[in-house]
Amino acid sequence: MKIAVCVKQIPDPATPYELDPENHFVIRPADQVLDDTDRYGIELGLQLAEETDGEVVLVSMSPAGNLQGIRQALAMGADKAIVVDDEALRGSGALETARVLAAAIEREGADLVIAGTESTDGYAGVVPQMLAEFLGMPALTFARKVEHESGTIRIERQTGAGYDVVESDLPAVVSVTSGAVEPRYPTFKGIMQAKQKPVEQPSCAELGLEAAAVGYAGSGQDIKEVRPAPERAAGVKVQDEGDAHQEIVRLLEQAKVI
Amino acid sequence: MRIWVFAEEVDGAPSSLSLEMLTKARDLGDEIAAFLVGAGSSEAVAALGAHGAATVYHLDPGDILPSAAAAAALSELCASESPDLLLFGLQPTDRDVAGRLAARLGVAVLSNAVDIITADGSSRVINEILGGTTLVVTEFTDPGPHIAIVRPKSFTAEPVGSAEPTVVAVAVPDTAHSGSARITASHAEKSSGPKLEEADVIVSGGRGMGSEEHFAAVEELAGLLGAAVGATRAVVDAGWVPYSLQVGQTGKTVKPSVYIALGISGAMQHLVGMKDSATIIAVNKDEEAPIFGVADLGVVGDVHKVLPKLIEALKARH
Repeated sequence: MKIAVCVKQIPDPATPYELDPENHFVIRPADQVLDDTDRYGIELGLQLAEETDGEVVLVSMSPAGNLQGIRQALAMGADKAIVVDDEALRGSGALETARVLAAAIEREGADLVIAGTESTDGYAGVVPQMLAEFLGMPALTFARKVEHESGTIRIERQTGAGYDVVESDLPAVVSVTSGAVEPRYPTFKGIMQAKQKPVEQPSCAELGLEAAAVGYAGSGQDIKEVRPAPERAAGVKVQDEGDAHQEIVRLLEQAKVI
Repeated sequence: MRIWVFAEEVDGAPSSLSLEMLTKARDLGDEIAAFLVGAGSSEAVAALGAHGAATVYHLDPGDILPSAAAAAALSELCASESPDLLLFGLQPTDRDVAGRLAARLGVAVLSNAVDIITADGSSRVINEILGGTTLVVTEFTDPGPHIAIVRPKSFTAEPVGSAEPTVVAVAVPDTAHSGSARITASHAEKSSGPKLEEADVIVSGGRGMGSEEHFAAVEELAGLLGAAVGATRAVVDAGWVPYSLQVGQTGKTVKPSVYIALGISGAMQHLVGMKDSATIIAVNKDEEAPIFGVADLGVVGDVHKVLPKLIEALKARH
């Protein structure tokens, strides 16, 4: 089975990003990391590939300028990567991202497409669904458990109250929640091998995408204003000297909870 | 302005988020309709009408996962009825339909909206970034229809009357392989106490609780206060509690009167789901933890020492 796993390089979440005051785009630092929530999709892809003697291809779209996060993903064991890093993509929204990923996946061919439910930096949360629509596949979304059995994919799909069991035949798109599987740590061997693994970097033109269909101009949205949110009134901070629980009791009384 | 609101029916009722969005839609537009996906109970239709939907388009998906069919049906309706703005909620099925519909129509989706502004035919969405510290105002620039995904509890649902809406049955379109996913079983998590989204008091625990066994103290405190139990993503990922208890960007958004955060550092993804609670109490050993930035009362200390004493004190009052 050939499995495409969508991954994204993002600014390190440990250091809050900044916005360009001119165009309000995220200022992407020189070093970006693999979105941590992508590890679940990669792990799932690797497990399914191991079961089916298959192949895992990473697919990524971002004007990142480097491959640090992609190498992290390859180090887990994926076979190769396709990275679309084209200046024309700056300012793309979810729809353009999905268009680019779909074009790359269509060219490569895949039985199963795996993605996270949303990225940690953009979190629009609709790219897997858009991707499925472009590829003409069902989208089995918000999976907390995934099983594959001779061409049928079955997931437990998270709902507000619990979960639904959802199944379809392949090809399909599956979006996984964090916690669905336990991501493996890259081995030293994996890290060394990742440096040698093939990374294709097609341009938008090579994928048959017109500039007008991607990037900020094609995104159908314009950021008008960025402003600080109204601040919450500062609270009281106390060090526990053994009786801080009494402060909590007092506040609960005040709020008439007790 | 013609505004449509997506409504998924769960257990005979439209999602609470759909009623919140209808209430907002009434302020923004004059022709309000709902697109109901589900069995189509008369109670669900009546609730949508009571919250301002003059028309209810109803699609009954049976046992198929409705996203592809609903998106296809909506895109046909968009061509004939030309709604200006479609509102979806930040919850699984709404997101599935919104994404597929936008791809079909080739239009933008603006997600995570906490407010919507319309003026002179244009629509703008306000969303929060950086854990809710910064607001971004974005305008739709394509001809539309414009699609926004709204965060829960951004608006308060208020009924407006009891007008019977006109119900328009929508056939399930053939979406070939795209629409072939089926729901073969449904499971509800067992839970005691109030529902997280509706609770007046919530006690949440984070990774700082240390272990699944220690997390039981969070549940004990919640029991004493008649509160709902919440958790961070780290705790859900670790398997201590089910996803239905997760508060945050990828979980539930809550606005209780009192939110007690125990052993929670306050990652951005958690803060966006609870920072609008009326009163926030936090216990964490790290003085620099971001949770203290939103807490009305922050206790810097060991949760394993503070929490047992708090539980004892509350038990002594009973």
